Amino acid sequence: MSALRELYQEVILDHGKSPRNFGKPEHVNCESSGHNPLCGDTVTIYLRLNDGIVEEAGFEGRGCAISIASASMMTDILQGKSLDEVRVMFERFHHLVTEDEAACEGGFDGEEFEKLMVLSGVREFPMRVKCATLAWHTMKSALQGGGEGVSTE
Amino acid sequence: MQSVAAVAENTAFDVARRRADFPILGKRVYDKPLVFLDSAASAQKPQSVIDAVNHCYTREYANIHRGVYWLSVRATEAYEGARVKVQRFLNAASEREIVFTKSTTEAINLVATSHGAAALNAGDEIILSQLEHHANIVPWQLLRQRIGIDIKVAPIDAQGNFLLEEFEKLLSPRTRLVAVTHTSNALGTITPVDEIIRMAHAEGALVLLDGAQSVVHGPVDVQALDVDFFAFSGHKLYGPSGIGVLYGKADLLSAMPPYQGGGDMIRRVTFEKTEFADIPSRFEAGTPHIAGAYGLSAAIDYVSAIGMDAIAAHESELLEYATQRLQEINSLRLIGTADDKAGIVSFELDGVHAHDIGTILDREGIAVRVGHHCAQPLMDHFGITGTVRASFGLYTDKSDIDALVQALGAVREIFD
Repeated sequence: MSALRELYQEVILDHGKSPRNFGKPEHVNCESSGHNPLCGDTVTIYLRLNDGIVEEAGFEGRGCAISIASASMMTDILQGKSLDEVRVMFERFHHLVTEDEAACEGGFDGEEFEKLMVLSGVREFPMRVKCATLAWHTMKSALQGGGEGVSTE
Repeated sequence: MQSVAAVAENTAFDVARRRADFPILGKRVYDKPLVFLDSAASAQKPQSVIDAVNHCYTREYANIHRGVYWLSVRATEAYEGARVKVQRFLNAASEREIVFTKSTTEAINLVATSHGAAALNAGDEIILSQLEHHANIVPWQLLRQRIGIDIKVAPIDAQGNFLLEEFEKLLSPRTRLVAVTHTSNALGTITPVDEIIRMAHAEGALVLLDGAQSVVHGPVDVQALDVDFFAFSGHKLYGPSGIGVLYGKADLLSAMPPYQGGGDMIRRVTFEKTEFADIPSRFEAGTPHIAGAYGLSAAIDYVSAIGMDAIAAHESELLEYATQRLQEINSLRLIGTADDKAGIVSFELDGVHAHDIGTILDREGIAVRVGHHCAQPLMDHFGITGTVRASFGLYTDKSDIDALVQALGAVREIFD
């Protein structure tokens, strides 16, 4: 598979075109906005936390196929996770899109997390890594109380 | 900057020969021939410019203006020679009116800072346009923060045309300066600068033109324009990056305080007081980009030998061809279809983000610019976050445009 096809896999294009969890869920108690100054893209991540569990996650914003797909898939996978699990996922995702193959081996045991493997193609496109990580950094900022918002720069 | 009709007379323009002057155009990327369509961001360099920079460092390099030895004298002559070359290229009245900067951006900052300090006061108005690059917005906002000027914005229409009548309504006795682009980097719109300057002068306001794009696409005569300040960069004119030019009328420059303090801009320094040098040295503190001046000089020789009119005609023909070919793509929307345009086309593809297009084109060996092009207020005007921009240089060939159109087909294949 060419690097391009690896990057733009059907799953990503599908999430890019028809994002899941798009919109602001009810009774959100945790949110943050992120911004990529390079391309002007923005994303807002919404979370409803209850007793240390992500009950619901949603997002709004506009961006490229990679950033929208990443936000869509992330909000899917976060539902029902504990904050500890979310923190581990954040680290793993960061490795997934930045480290080479060898460094990732053995790290991704959760079946659910494997769904995110489709985003690993972004490794071959250093200029696009920030597109994939914007939603995750914004989510992390939301958990830390939002504040100034996130910039990829 | 020339009508398409003039193109017919220009069949002598030999693109293949011009391309051979640019060694990088022979490069392959991802095992595909490089298709370079990002000259508006920075142009590639002909061998003569590369040789000139090399010549400086290999044969003549030393610091300028102070050395008494041969090398320094030679480098000083070449540096000052470059100034004279720029003067003739812009048809300025005197080489004293040519200040070397590091870029267009620095040239505009220099005017905002120094002219701002000398001539602008709280409550004075300046007028920008909706088309501006951030480099011609932010320096004025910084000045507004410092001294409290008011900034007004001249509007454009849906095609990206500068609206002269609306601009005229903004002019008032409070207007002190009009700072507008001569050619939009994001859309290619060529602004009606003759009228803008006439109207501004009639109201007693000065005019600064951001010429970063215009100086590349056609002849510029600052005296015929009667423009007060004109800024451009070497690297868009096939010269090195790191050297730019500010043209300013001598009486205006003479009335302005220094921009930066340091060596080379003084007459005499004591700890009590410093006497500043005359123009243009007053604005050239520190060791400048000496080799850059060699390169810029060679670049001006290069484009002058071809002829700016011939280059303009060639790009005009490419623009017409590209506009027609791109419009054949159903889902493509051109952003910026002004009546008078330079060799720049901006567009969107339905349902595909500009950055995704840029990545896919890159793998086809095609270099385009994607995003907001440092003109976010302009993107806001069109209600978009960015576009794909293809921009042409004197070495651009119709085959480059064909390659772009074909690769956009590949984009559709992935996304449909």
